Parts: sequence; C-alpha cells; structure tokens
Amino acid sequence: MKILVDKMKNTLKIVLLFLLVGSFTSCNFGKNDKTASVIYECPMHCEGEKTYDQPGSCPVCKMDLVPVSIKEKKDGAISDLSIYNLPSIWTTQNNEEIELKELQGDVVVMVMIYTSCQTACPRLAADMRNIEKQIPADKKDKVTLVLVSIDPETDTPERLAAFAKENKMDSKKWVLLRGSEENTLEFAAVLAVNYKRISPLDFSHSNIISVFDQGGELAHQQEGLGVNNKETISKILELVN
Amino acid sequence: MGPSLKIAFIFLCSFIVGTASAQRNEMAVVKGGTYIPLYGVDSTAVTVKSFKMDVYPVTNSDYLRFVEEHPQWQRSKIIRLFSDGNYLVNWEGDTSFGDVLQPNAPITNISWFAAKNYCECLGKRLPTVDEWEYAAMADQTMADARTKESYNQQILDWYEAPKTFKNKIGSTFKNYWGIYDLHGLVWEWTIDFNSVLISGESRKDVDKDSNLFCGSAAVGASDLMNYAAFMRYALRGSLKASYSMRNLGFRCVEPLNKMNENSSR
Repeated sequence: MKILVDKMKNTLKIVLLFLLVGSFTSCNFGKNDKTASVIYECPMHCEGEKTYDQPGSCPVCKMDLVPVSIKEKKDGAISDLSIYNLPSIWTTQNNEEIELKELQGDVVVMVMIYTSCQTACPRLAADMRNIEKQIPADKKDKVTLVLVSIDPETDTPERLAAFAKENKMDSKKWVLLRGSEENTLEFAAVLAVNYKRISPLDFSHSNIISVFDQGGELAHQQEGLGVNNKETISKILELVN
Repeated sequence: MGPSLKIAFIFLCSFIVGTASAQRNEMAVVKGGTYIPLYGVDSTAVTVKSFKMDVYPVTNSDYLRFVEEHPQWQRSKIIRLFSDGNYLVNWEGDTSFGDVLQPNAPITNISWFAAKNYCECLGKRLPTVDEWEYAAMADQTMADARTKESYNQQILDWYEAPKTFKNKIGSTFKNYWGIYDLHGLVWEWTIDFNSVLISGESRKDVDKDSNLFCGSAAVGASDLMNYAAFMRYALRGSLKASYSMRNLGFRCVEPLNKMNENSSR
C-alpha cells in the first residue's frame, strides 16, 4: 500500500508539473467554441452546389470530397479564415493592450514595418497615407489603418508614437502595434510576409499591404513599393459601401 | 480531491503512462556553437545556443494523441486560417490515421500552425532554421560534416528516393548528437521558415515568383556546392504557414536550461 501511495504521490507531482507547464503554454490557441458542422463538396463541383454532411468521394468524378468553409458574417461570429481567430495580444502606440478582434467591424488596411528602417518603410508608410487620403471623408470612420512592427524589441510604444507623429498618422484610425516576437512571426505567417533580421538595426522584409474585410478575412494584397494602389482603393471602397 | 480533479488526474496519468514508452519525450542535447549558414549575412557566422532536440520526428501516433486531447486540431475542426485543404488528408478520420499509415511513421500533411501548437502544448517549440541547420550539419561522426563529399551525396541520394515519408522513424542514421532522421525521412517545419529571403539584402520588393529558385539567390550564398541546403531553403521559401505537404513533418526543441528550471520546481 505504501508503495502505491508513494507512486500516487509521484504521479501527482508529475501531473502537477504537467499542469504547471501546461498553464504557460497556449494550448487553447485556435480554439473555436462554435461547434460548426462541417459540410463537404466535390472539388470539381460535378453536381453543382450539392453538399454532403459526411466525407467521402464524389459519385460522378470519384474525387475525394472537400470540406466547405461556412462563411459566417453575422455580428460577432467570425469565419474560419478570419485573422480574428488569432488570440494574440498587442500593444498600441498609446501603450494600450488590444486583441486583434477589437478591430472587427472595420475594414482594416495593414502593413508590417519597423521604425528604424531607412528605405522601404517610409515609402510603405507613404503608400498607406496615400490610401488613407483616397478614402472619402464620410467613409474614413469605417476604415482602420494598422502598422505592425517586425522589430518589437526596438519599437517600443514610444517609438511607435513618435513614428506615427512624424508620419502624420495622428487620427484615431491609425493603429501601430507591437507584439511578442512569437506573435509577430505568426502574424507574418498569416499575411505571408517574409522577414529576416539582417543586422542589429535592419530587417529585410516583403512589402505587402493587406486589406481585410469587416470580419477579418483577407480581401486583397498589394505587393511592392509605390505601386499603383488603385485596386487596393477600389477594394476598400467596395467593402465599406 | 474533487471529482473534476480526479478525472483530470486519471486522464493525465493514463496520458503520461501512455507516452512514457513513446518517443515523444526523447530529446538529445545539441551543444551550441557558431556556423556559417547557407544564406549568411555577408557570410558571417551565426551563433546557435545549446538546445535539446527531439531525437525523432513526431509520429502519426504521437499526433493522434494530440488531436484526441485537443479536438480543435482534428481534421474536420481545424479552422481554415490555420490549414489548407490538405491537412491530415491521408488520415482515415478525425481520430484515426487508418491502417495504411504506420503509427511509427512521421506525421505529415500538417500546417505550420498545427506543428507550432503541438510543440507549445508540450512546453516546447519548433526549431529555428539556424537550429535545424546546425543540428543537421552532423553526420554519424562529425558535428559539421558539410565538407565531406559523402555527406552531401547521402542527402542528395535521399532527395531522389521516393516516398520516404512512409518509412518508420529511426530508419535513417543516428547523427553525432544522437538525433535520427534529420535527413532521409521527411522535410521539417521550422518556426521562422518565413525568414527565408532571396538574399541578405532585399529590402527592395521580394518578388513572389522568384522565391530563391532563381540564379540571383546563389550569388548571396556561402557555399555554392551545398545543393542539399539550397533545396531546403528553396522549399522553406516556397511555403506558406497554412500549407500541408505529404513529405513535410516536424519535430520540437527546447532550450537547454529549461529542464533544470522544471526539475527544481
């Protein structure tokens, strides 16, 4: 019996240790409380819009059925493809903590930069300002412009605030964010932005401006510097109207 | 002991007993040092701190246990932001990989998000590109075997071998650090796979269509003969975090000092 008790104690220790370790990790990342039922469809749409509630193969072309994402655009509910599924917490230029999903409801224009950057970032910032300028005054309220730092170590909220001021991003529709290195990597992964530190002060990164709809789904990406932003603007206008 | 704690207790116990024999916890120490990566910054050396790496890639049965504990990562439940349509596509169902796949074969068809979360749930993380490349420079006898012609040839031979992802873990060589299957089984996710760029200095636009495959990439590389490494970087550069590939798996690492912290608690 004694042995059993000892064994139990040991196991309990392990369990407690496990719980302790577990509590530090983000196991709930990606947790979706909705129990959305999955429906399947033929990838070739052999039978038009016909869907199935079980996985299987298409009776016509025999290809495996694929799950269909159910778009939920109701208030509050977000779709499977929404960036608001990311639970990460960010700090703004005003030193406030926010979750991405607090941006929900607005069209969001987003770019990743770092403030000590001398070349591309000022131009990306200019591109963003340019986009902002072309949004009609009565729609400005429906669009949030977000700059996410890829250098969270250097880009303190103070730095971000200074950068915002220098770049005349002073309305409350401009949000500059920094997060943990981990969250930043993850966010870049979602946006398909590649970046790498090439010296203590410099990063190289891809120049992508992304537009998200009110539900946080990626609607458009503009790649390159100083490119014609007509498409981006028209996408934004389409979304706010 | 309240009933809920009891349940948690039983659940976790069975979980721990169940994993004791599995490879899930086996890790090997990789002693830190400096190395020159293929895409070095002006070919300068990169310092890698000592770390512990899983001896084997994560297997189908390891991953099955994970999705049983964390249903949100099951095939029909994973959200689309975190995976393309190929996630666990060769599994039989949400909680079964079927009879065709071997329990001890490496898990593949998982997205970066899934791999990252798996490691985090075990208190570990995915290796960085530098950590992975550093550990993978080793052959059976040397920590850095890159200058050996046989080492490169061995890896390239694997790249030509078909369907190695169906093999069991541990079926390739044990390297200098005691780690198996870094070469010869599956490609592996790294935490910063998206730090791969055409060259060290590309603050100009990164052209989406010329991810490392082009000739300009070779100019910035430190070792033009290391074709195997070129292929790995090319693969990483072409990935997106939601992609799932049939021959892409993963393993986890953890910092060396972490175990000490835990055992002193």
